[in-house]
This record gives sequence, C-alpha cells and structure tokens, in this order.
Amino acid sequence: MKINDAIFGAIFALLGAVVLVHVQSFPNIPGQQYGAAIFPGLIAAGFVVCGLLLVVSGVKSRQDQRWYETGEWLGSRRHVAAALAIVAGVVAYILLADVVGFLIVSPLLLVLWFRALGVRWGPAVLSAVITTLAMWYAFYKLLRVPLPWGVLTPFAF
Amino acid sequence: MDAIALAFGLVFNVQTMLVIAGSALFGLFVGAVPGLTATMATALLVPVTFFMPPIPAVAAIVTATAMAIFSGDIPGCLLRMPGTPASAAYTDEAYAMTQKGQAELALGAGLVFSAIGGLFGTAVLILAAPTLADFALGFSSFEYFWLVLLGLTCAIVITAERPLKGIVALLIGLMVSAVGLDNPAGHPRFTWGVIDLMAGINMIPMMIGMFAVSEIIRFAVDTNPRAVIVEQPIHNVFKGMWRLTRKYPMQILRGSVLGTLVGALPGAGADIAAWMSYAISKKTSKEPEKFGTGHVEGIIESGAANNSALAGAWIPALVFGIPGDSITAIVIGVLYMKNMNPGPTMFTQNPENIYAVYLLFILANLIMIPLGWMCIKAAKNLLRVPRNVLMPIILLFCIVGSFAINNSGFDVGVMLVAGVAAYVLEENGFPVAPAILGVVLGTMLEQNFVTSMIKADGNLLAFFHRPVAATLGVLAIAAWFLPPLIRRLRRTAGA
Repeated sequence: MKINDAIFGAIFALLGAVVLVHVQSFPNIPGQQYGAAIFPGLIAAGFVVCGLLLVVSGVKSRQDQRWYETGEWLGSRRHVAAALAIVAGVVAYILLADVVGFLIVSPLLLVLWFRALGVRWGPAVLSAVITTLAMWYAFYKLLRVPLPWGVLTPFAF
Repeated sequence: MDAIALAFGLVFNVQTMLVIAGSALFGLFVGAVPGLTATMATALLVPVTFFMPPIPAVAAIVTATAMAIFSGDIPGCLLRMPGTPASAAYTDEAYAMTQKGQAELALGAGLVFSAIGGLFGTAVLILAAPTLADFALGFSSFEYFWLVLLGLTCAIVITAERPLKGIVALLIGLMVSAVGLDNPAGHPRFTWGVIDLMAGINMIPMMIGMFAVSEIIRFAVDTNPRAVIVEQPIHNVFKGMWRLTRKYPMQILRGSVLGTLVGALPGAGADIAAWMSYAISKKTSKEPEKFGTGHVEGIIESGAANNSALAGAWIPALVFGIPGDSITAIVIGVLYMKNMNPGPTMFTQNPENIYAVYLLFILANLIMIPLGWMCIKAAKNLLRVPRNVLMPIILLFCIVGSFAINNSGFDVGVMLVAGVAAYVLEENGFPVAPAILGVVLGTMLEQNFVTSMIKADGNLLAFFHRPVAATLGVLAIAAWFLPPLIRRLRRTAGA
C-alpha cells in the first residue's frame, strides 16, 4: 500500500497548522515568557514546513509515483481477510473483553486469527484453547494481572 | 570494590540465572524465526520484566537480544531469509556459502565472531561509560539540550534514506511525547478530556505495537511464497575458526570497532552497523570479486559488527539516557519503570547496578557459544515452526502484555494504533527509529530547552556560552547542514 508523498505531506502540514492554532491557548509558566506552548509549537511548525516539502516532492515525482498504489496483497482476498481479522480482532477484544471475559473472547479471537492465516480447524481450535489457558495461567495466576472475567464473574476463582 | 561484590551477588543468584537461561532460549528462538526481530523480542519481554526486580529485568533483555542477533544468521544461511534485520546485510553471502556446501563454516563464523564482537563492544562499554559519566556530571541544561538534539540529528542522518522522511518521523515521535501533563507548565496538552491521556501516551504498549504488532500485520499481508529449508549435514561448526581468526584479524577488529561506534550513535543499531561493515569489508578486501559468491570475509566482519553494536548502544543509554538504538529505547523505558533512572548519577550512586550490567553482557556473550551451537543443531526443527500458528499467539500476548502494564484497555488501543501506524509509515519509506527516539527523548528535550530558554532569558546566544555546550551545539548544527552541503559540493565537482 503505497501512498504518494504529497498526500502524506498534506496531512502532516494540515495537522501542523491545526496544532499551531491550538497551542496558542496553552498557558505559560507563571512569571515566565515560556511554557507549554513553545515546544509543541515548534514541532507543529516543523510539520508544516516538512509537510509542504513532501507535497512538492510528491507532485514532482508523480510520473513514477501514482497517488495511490495498492500492494499485491490487496488483490488477494485471503490476505485482505487476514489483515482485517487482525485489526478488527484487536478492536473486538477492547470492546468485548470487559463484558464477556478474557476466557471467552481470547479463544474465539485466536481461532479467527488462526483460520485467517490458513491453519486447519482442528489444530486451530486446539492451539486456541491451550494458548488461552497458558496465557491466563501465566498472567492471571503467576503475575496477578486482573484479566477480566466478564460474564464468568460468578465463577471466578 | 564493595560495589563489584554486590554486583556479583545481583547477577549470580538463582533467580537471575533462571531468567538468563529462559531469555537466552527465547532470544535464540525469536532471532531464528524470520519476521520476529530482536527489537520485537525486547518489546515482548517488557510486560514480563515489569514484574521482576531491576537486574533480572535487564538480564532478560541483554541476554535475549544478544542471542537473537546471532541466531538471526541461521535462517539467512539455510532459508535465504534474514532472521532479524541485523543479518540482512550478509544473508545472500551466507546462502551462497550454503549452496557451495559450506553452511557449517558460515554458521560457525556467525556464532564465533558474534561472540567476539559482543565481548569487544562490552569492553568498550566498560572502559568508556564511566569516563563519559564523570564528564557528564558537570553538564547543565544547555549541554543536555544540545546532546539530545545531536542524538536526534544522528538518528535522521544515519538511518533515513531520505532525510525529510526521517525528520517527519522524528516530529511524529516528538509530538506523541508532548501529549499529557508532563510539561513545564503542567498543562494537559492534547488530552481532549480523556483521563487516560493525562499521564501521556504509555510508551510500553506503543513500542509493543510498533515492533510486534506491525510485524504481525506485515506477515499477514506477505504474499511471498514459503522458503525452502536447505538440508545440509552440520557437524562441527567450530572447525576452522582459529584459522579464520588468524587470517582475518583486521576484519574482526574493524567490524567490532565500527559496530560499537555505530551502536553508540543514537538511532543506528545492529542492522546499520552490519550493512556498513559489509560494505567496508568489500571495499578494502584483497579479493572483493569473491564477495557475493559465498565468501566468509564479509560475514566475519559484519557478524562481529552487529553484536558489538548491541553493547555500544548501551553507552549513551546508560550515561545520558539517550538510546543508541531501538532496543535501548525500550530499555530506557524499563529502567525508568524500575526507578533505575539512567544518567551520570547512576554511576556514582548505584555503581553496583552498572557493574551488574557489565557482568550480564560478558555472561551473555560467553553462554552464546554453547547455546548458539545447540541452536544450530536444532535449526532444522526450529525453522519448521509454523509461523501462521505463532503469529496469533504473539498477538494475544501483545494484547495481554499491553494490558498488564496499567491494567487498562486503553493501552491495548494504543498498541493497535501504534502497530498500524508503524506498518503504514514503514511501507511508505518513513523510518521508525527516529520516531521512537523522538518519543523517548521528547520530554527530556523539551525540559532542557525550556529550562535553558528561561535561564538565558530568551537569548539564544547563551546556548553557546559554556565551552562544552558550544562544542556540542556546533556539532549538532554542523550535522544538520554538512550532509546536504557535501552532496552539493560533490554534484558541482562532478558536473
């Protein structure tokens, strides 16, 4: 997935400009001329300058760099599914772990990821269960990380 | 002397030894599997080291990275795929040797000269760090400001093919570091009312994202066909090593020196050290025509370089708190979490911790030889590990590890965003090393900058009043303007 430098440049320049405006509201250290605004302000100015330079170089090199170039994987349904499964899976974990519980979400996600990467059903389910239990034991039991129980709270041990 | 005895006690006890053994095996495994890097090994270790005392935590990282940089040579030799980016420079060479039936020699050279390079880098660390620390005790905010700026400049000049993209990556890192309350005015910057952002963006989940999740995404979208393992009997990998040592002493020394130096420069680590060493080796060789056809000379030099770079990177990290590479960038985060704040005072107040780090480095490079030998023996099985089973397991580990630092689901989100961002940026030629340096050093840069500005009452000339500050300042500015100037001169001279 190659995106033309000019697009990156425009995004960064815009970001810089927004930050530059926003930092004007930051307070100084009482009694001093400097404070919270000067450092992010300088960075933002840097973003604007570098962003514009990227726009220029991106537009100049347009012959050999298209605006947007899809990688080989975007043409392959299996690879797109794998990438989506990974990103969506982590989002699902964030949303569901507290409600449903680690011991339910994790094996389901693992099976999803194993399948997306081409592992057969049998090994996928088996590895998912073993991994979940091992991870749960190591972090919950040994390291005392409060992994969420979710709906299983009544059975917590 | 007491401190040294204390250091021995800190290192040679059951817990630390078990941690060293475990992380050595972990490091060898991660290094040997293509797509898992030494930096990723470090990032994955952090959630676990979080629950350990400081010295075992450092031991885990030192051992695992040393092993991973060596074992990255193994798939290079047998699969023509570098196990870690640090082996990429001589992967083709090593594979060519395998095709000539010399896998044994290539792996042996990788192992033995990795250990020698690592020990050389450690020696320099032991000799140089205390002297530098002594010197750094007299530094004020002016010197630190220039030092950090010089470090960030090096990161861009050395690592980026296109400096502009390096600068942008650095700015992203600095911007991320600006989030939160930790600034001179104590004002909640860029938090948009989100409580989780008040303390700033947590560095550990971010690094897990940048160095582990991004690699998992890269694996998922990789369309290259699977590589085939070359079957070749490997008996005694140490055969002929003494002969090579006597034949190429200069190459070993040069690789180790260059590796340590490149490692010590902020932003550039083992991978760049290996590329530079390989190029120099070829340029100065008596038989450069043999390079690329399965010639061991370059492997010796760059194999020594990448391991010495690991130790070299710790010099600025321990003395100034400025990381020499991505691995030490994570290490600095760990040290702060353990209240082992890096800086010159660490050498005077807790010298036993510093001595313990030296001991750990020596130990790691010594046990590399027997363990590495075992790893080579087991290589065929190791390389068969199905990566499509491994990656989801690592991903779940990343999630749980990111969560474990603060027991916060928000951090899992930070991990995901950082992972996707690192993947997209790297695909488009933005280097990740300057970004991570910006994150680690942003607060330090800002504090020293604002303090200096207040002390100087806004007079920029005051940044050059103290002799050391002036020298560092001139160096930093020269580093910004010299490379483009040289390029222009060369172009006009050529035209």
